[in-house]
Amino acid sequence: MTGPWPLRLTLLAAVGGLAVFPWVGDPFYVELVIHLMILGIFAMSLDLLMGYTGLVSFGHAAFFGISGYLLALMTPESGGLSIWLALPVCLAGTAVAALVVGWFSVRTSGIYFIMITLAFAQMAFFFFVEHQDFGGTDGLFVADKPFVGFGGWQLLDLRDEHSFYFFTLGLLVVTYLLLAMILRAPFGQVIRGIRANEARTRALGYPTQRYKLISFVIAGTFAGLAGFLEAAHTEYVSPSHLGWHESGLVLMYVILGGMGTLYGPVLGAFVMGLLHDQFQDLTEHFNLVMGFFVIAVVLFLPDGVAGLVARLGRARGGGPADPPR
Amino acid sequence: MTEDAPLIEAAGLHTYYGASHILHGIDLSIAAGESVSLLGRNGMGKTTTIRSILGLTPPRQGTVRIRGRDMTGAEPHRIAQMGLGLVPEGRGIFPNLSVRENLVMAARPAVDGVETWTLPRICDLFPPLAERLDNMGNQLSGGEQQMLSVGRALMTNPDVLILDEATEGLAPLIRRDIWAVIRRIKDAGIATLVVDKDLDTLLDVCDRCVILAKGQVAWAGTAADLRTNPDIHRRYLGV
Repeated sequence: MTGPWPLRLTLLAAVGGLAVFPWVGDPFYVELVIHLMILGIFAMSLDLLMGYTGLVSFGHAAFFGISGYLLALMTPESGGLSIWLALPVCLAGTAVAALVVGWFSVRTSGIYFIMITLAFAQMAFFFFVEHQDFGGTDGLFVADKPFVGFGGWQLLDLRDEHSFYFFTLGLLVVTYLLLAMILRAPFGQVIRGIRANEARTRALGYPTQRYKLISFVIAGTFAGLAGFLEAAHTEYVSPSHLGWHESGLVLMYVILGGMGTLYGPVLGAFVMGLLHDQFQDLTEHFNLVMGFFVIAVVLFLPDGVAGLVARLGRARGGGPADPPR
Repeated sequence: MTEDAPLIEAAGLHTYYGASHILHGIDLSIAAGESVSLLGRNGMGKTTTIRSILGLTPPRQGTVRIRGRDMTGAEPHRIAQMGLGLVPEGRGIFPNLSVRENLVMAARPAVDGVETWTLPRICDLFPPLAERLDNMGNQLSGGEQQMLSVGRALMTNPDVLILDEATEGLAPLIRRDIWAVIRRIKDAGIATLVVDKDLDTLLDVCDRCVILAKGQVAWAGTAADLRTNPDIHRRYLGV
């Protein structure tokens, strides 16, 4: 873990809490938390772009969905594929897609970057909507969950809900650690420099476009990891996975959770997801309540939910809660 | 690249911001180890000249040669990689990086492969920075930010250091410290292009002076010449 120790302890405690949850939680919530952890990975991948590189993508769900479609298309009816084949193919596929989209997109910035990423995502959306081979608007089923084994020997049975839970939790932690490592590495210093002042970073001799493209591909690949998990978990993928609504939601998780903190977007996904779940039971006008929540966070918590956590940490005499470095 | 060519040789630069014509044919050259000051009142094109040389605002006409190679219109990072370090106006510290990261991210060996300026040497040059390595860039005083900006440019091991208003807005004592460092940099054999308001110190530090007026070179000569010519001060620099 990185960052000052009060933050590290809080994050460790949170992971500990997640680790015991399947034994105490209702199966319905175990299922929901899997979904939220997947969204957490997805949101962290977008934070690399938004919070650290300064690129606001409005088409990030494209990579989430493409990965799911790849899994659905390559899984045969006869049974689950080996994860050692399925996962690399899905990640490589999304990385290539991100390379193509990024190659065009990083030439622009600001509002144009938002529009071009949205345009690419909508192209992908309509591609899958209009092709009956890919299920059209109905989407595709994933015939079976990937097989995690070695030789003929099964290491982990993903069909078991608890196993899938820990598999996802493990990948959530690994994603956080990998991204934190990337951000501390020289590469991370350069992209953070680009976010603060791109012209200055170029004047120091860095080809900033290339760095932005690499960051875009890494972010797309981690979004692909989330999309892979989502499709494997629900055994289903549809065009709505890569629609602009999905891209907008993950953007909200990052902004409401706290950009540029990595853990903030995960918090954002959890808070939004759990509130959504609660309000949905209380009233059919839950979207109205969610709207008020969003307005309240924007007005009173400019640094997102993570900013609140940091503020509480400081009030207790902890050190300044800087983002993971 | 030719060895005896000037490090920077700009000829006939015409640069525009949109439709406004800012530079009207600027010539400027800097040889290895030489210290040149760029003078002129506000808005005469000093910063634009620097931006044109560095490729940040490419000139529409004219050529920029670095070490004898034509780099007109090249991407800014390629020009910077040829040994040009910039200390920009307004310092340009990365507020979201720590002091250490601000320095380390810029580290690069010189064009000839030698790494003269390293983190310990920068800490040696600027002791206040050594005590603040883990502070974030936005937690520094103005003087410390300026030291960091100079230190960061030195970490690229440049052959020419371009200082745009490096002492602007600093307290007199800190200003003196920065000038002392600029002298040490010059003594280390690094060429400098200095833009500053402090004429007396500039004349003392620099070998040659170039005065800009309305986007043209109004006067060029040695610092000694300029010192004995108060008439020129009044005409181009007085307020």
